[in-house]
Amino acid sequence: MSMRADLEIIQEWIKPGSRLLDLGCGDGELLRYLYDHRKVTGYGLEIDPEKINACIERGVNVLEQNLDTGLSNFGDNSFDSVLMTQALQAVHYPDQVLEEMLRIGREAILTFPNFAHWRCRLYLGTRGRMPVSEFMPYTWYNTPNIHFCTFKDFEELCRERSIRILDRLVVDQSHRSTWLSGLWPNLLGEIAIYRVTR
Amino acid sequence: MSRFPPDSIGLVTPRREAFSEPLQLACGKSLAQFELVYETYGELNANGSNAVLICHALSGHHHAAGFHREDERKPGWWDACIGPGKAIDTNRFFVVSLNNLGGCHGSTGPSSIDPATGKSYGAHFPVLTVEDWVNSQALLADRLGIDCWAAVVGGSLGGMQALQWAISYPDRIRHCLAIATAPKLSAQNIAFNEVARQAIINDPDFHNGDYAAFGVIPKRGLMLARMVGHITYLSDDSMGEKFGRELRTDVLNYDFTSVEFQVESYLRYQGQEFSERFDANTYLLMTKALDYFDPAGAHGGNLADSLAPIKARCMVMSFTTDWRFSPARSRELVDALLAAGKQVSYLEIEAAQGHDAFLLPIPRYVQAFQAYMTQIEVA
Repeated sequence: MSMRADLEIIQEWIKPGSRLLDLGCGDGELLRYLYDHRKVTGYGLEIDPEKINACIERGVNVLEQNLDTGLSNFGDNSFDSVLMTQALQAVHYPDQVLEEMLRIGREAILTFPNFAHWRCRLYLGTRGRMPVSEFMPYTWYNTPNIHFCTFKDFEELCRERSIRILDRLVVDQSHRSTWLSGLWPNLLGEIAIYRVTR
Repeated sequence: MSRFPPDSIGLVTPRREAFSEPLQLACGKSLAQFELVYETYGELNANGSNAVLICHALSGHHHAAGFHREDERKPGWWDACIGPGKAIDTNRFFVVSLNNLGGCHGSTGPSSIDPATGKSYGAHFPVLTVEDWVNSQALLADRLGIDCWAAVVGGSLGGMQALQWAISYPDRIRHCLAIATAPKLSAQNIAFNEVARQAIINDPDFHNGDYAAFGVIPKRGLMLARMVGHITYLSDDSMGEKFGRELRTDVLNYDFTSVEFQVESYLRYQGQEFSERFDANTYLLMTKALDYFDPAGAHGGNLADSLAPIKARCMVMSFTTDWRFSPARSRELVDALLAAGKQVSYLEIEAAQGHDAFLLPIPRYVQAFQAYMTQIEVA
């Protein structure tokens, strides 16, 4: 099967038989894969009706729930891993969501785009306008991405909140990891995949 | 050439099973013998893995899909969702729909003849619970050779039965679809039922439930009960859209007896029609079953504990404007299922129609319903 490249990386970080909560699970592709290949149990949260339907068709446990209304319905430490791909920048209170992920799960796995990538810097630096690209195709007034941050910003937040970074993988748009992005991640990395814990 | 639409199951004939083994009831009494009326749609497959049980709501019955006669005006009550190619696809599933015990559409109920006295049970018919119904449905399943349901499906009071199935018979149900329902009624919800019951009981024609002996029916009480109920099944939006403040007459009459607003006319019609086809004792019984349902009750109020036996995968659906069984009540159930570590999916469907939405062909609802049913494996 060919899976979204970031999901391909994440699935390797999930322990077989673990309990997983996937925040913004999309069409449920990752969860289905993990049910079948890692004996994982778990649920996906999603708000897009079409994606929810895709989850249902796949037999994935999907809950229609908006991350911005909170996650208080999940108990402390009720999951091994709480996952959120490409959604941190789209929630109203990213720091609270991060805190909640670590309350609910023993560890959290997150991916988000790096606003300090050289292309963003160049766009903003030369044009003086909010970056619009194929990868981030929205204009400032209609973007769902209301809380862009950089890798440095995220790591600073983790430091402030005493959150430990267990793994970090910095990749480009096609989720390849190059020696260059390893050298200057905050300049050359476009997407980061973090595994964090308390 | 049949006049029925191609996605209709067409003509259906109710069947009847008689049970002579006593059924022990939650109230302490037992029924020495009883009959259940039911319909089936589709074919049971060789290993019996494609059977789906439909559980009806307060005023429902066994006639869930298709038509009883060529000239029948309306199909069964859930025809929007049951038929060839529909959400519950009768080309794939063998669907069983019964009239619950205590009902008034053919199964043994208050208006049936009590063999012990030769007269109708009337007020002496025992008060039934959702658990009693599920136990009687299990006996029907035995009769039909169904060891394990592919799915038990119900909306409202029917959803409670689906949930109770998953709790009471975890090895006899693979999927539980609980739609527009709640793990227990709220005080407000019980209050509505109590108003309905008082309307019936206080009708002079009620005669303590033995109205049959007097050759009358408590029509006015039943009508009032239905009117109150009906208001709670619709949303403010849908009533506003349907009736607004529209008048039937050009001028106001300045009296209390004229039917002036369209909504008055509608409610009276609904109440009237209902009072002619439904039995008052059955209505009382159904509302009590609703009020009593509370699986958490036996577990010190801990709903998650009460759901512990469940093995079925659960699908819970609610509708945004349903205030009788609001989405919050469904979420309560979902959260308890999560806490108990059960497999569950939850959908909150945008719909203007209030509680009635679960009976209507709302595209997103039907689509999700169908998607869920399609992924159920039938060998």
